[in-house]
Amino acid sequence: MEKVIHFTLNDEPVSCRVDVRKSLLEMLRTDFGLTGTKEGCGVGECGACTVGVDKETVDSCIYLAVWVDGKVVTTIEGVTNPDGTLSDVQDAFVKAGAVQCGFCIPGMVVSSEQFLEDNPDPSREEIRRALSGNMCRCTGYQKIVDAVEIAAEGRKVK
Amino acid sequence: MYDITGYNEAKSLQDVFDLIKEDPKARLIAGGTDVLVKSRERKEGFVDAPLIGITRIPDLQDIYLDDDETLVIGSMNSFTDVETNPLVKEHAPLLSEAVALVGGPQTRNAGTIGGNVCNGATSADSAPTLFAYNAVLEIHSPNGVKNVPIAEFYKGAGWVDLEPGDILVKIKIAKADYEGYQGHYTKFAQRHALDIANLSCACLLKVENDVIEDLRVCFGVAAPTPIRMAKAEAYAKGKAISEETMAEIGKLCLEDTNTRNSWRASKEYRDHLVQILPGRNIMAAIGEA
Ligand code: FES
Ligand code: FES
Repeated sequence: MEKVIHFTLNDEPVSCRVDVRKSLLEMLRTDFGLTGTKEGCGVGECGACTVGVDKETVDSCIYLAVWVDGKVVTTIEGVTNPDGTLSDVQDAFVKAGAVQCGFCIPGMVVSSEQFLEDNPDPSREEIRRALSGNMCRCTGYQKIVDAVEIAAEGRKVK
Repeated sequence: MYDITGYNEAKSLQDVFDLIKEDPKARLIAGGTDVLVKSRERKEGFVDAPLIGITRIPDLQDIYLDDDETLVIGSMNSFTDVETNPLVKEHAPLLSEAVALVGGPQTRNAGTIGGNVCNGATSADSAPTLFAYNAVLEIHSPNGVKNVPIAEFYKGAGWVDLEPGDILVKIKIAKADYEGYQGHYTKFAQRHALDIANLSCACLLKVENDVIEDLRVCFGVAAPTPIRMAKAEAYAKGKAISEETMAEIGKLCLEDTNTRNSWRASKEYRDHLVQILPGRNIMAAIGEA
């Protein structure tokens, strides 16, 4: 069974015909070739597949593709500046040395971007809570929290 | 791909009734944070059936105060919606605190309070608090509307009072059940996020000059369903807040709970928690912990 859906993907209006059995993660990766969004656990426990839907983060592995009909979707590809350079949050991750294997990072960045939009002046505790749905097996999280702090500071200066 | 046979988006309650009539095997799906996980695990009833999406039905969305100041929460509000809603924060702050402890932000953005309740899990983070508030569930079906007290809704582990065609529309908390109460909820788990409780405990109480006027204690994961502590609650009425009172409340709770061993925690550990969490919650609720 397929359904035709219309939604906004990284600022671009798109329409597609999608198998109703697909998760949003599968649709993004296979139908749109947006492979920045990763599959870790597949059951909503790791956050590697985090994307923004209508300005809220969700785990795209346990979110049906058809559910984005009429909604606004942001993936890691939409976070990067249009000219291909890193966004301030991505840049802060690099500066802080917050990236090791990198597998969790697209999800971390999408969560951080949405969080900073909602809360431009966060405490470390608030950052930790905001990223509590994203697991990282490498870094121990400290430098990831540092990175979000750096990004928040940078935005205040601007 | 999920092994489902179809998907329909219901736009109204009538749509749900019609779709279920067409295919009684069809399953309702809200935020998907439980149903899709179970489908992935190929649990019986969650594969090889069509799904009916209900999150876009307008009747299930609002949070408002009724004419008699009953707090009414539409079943399809996400945990995030419930956590941040000003009316919930003002009148049932314990519910706002409890749902803030569900999973992680992504789960709270997608998962709904109605889905949490209908799942029937004893570990549901919204449940002990809703039990303590004496929440009433408004369930619609093609045959009409019924109002079920939440304690009667939970029948057993993963088993709730829902027939095919029934849909939870509203969760209601009467003014007499929230006004003047203060409370505290403890989710006792290994991790601070993305975890399921080893044991959870909600306490709501009314206190006057350090004397307990009314106490409500509900545990999650201390029995096959969330469970209120009738003996401890009856005992506590009129007692002064003291270490002895707290100890006796804990002891009486042990008489009403029925904990078990699981890989998350042993029965002995859970029984220990059953005795100490109510006291801790009561002290926290009155601001002395
Ligand atoms: S892959 Fe979606 S949460 Fe792990
Ligand atoms: S950098 Fe390897 S999982 Fe986070």
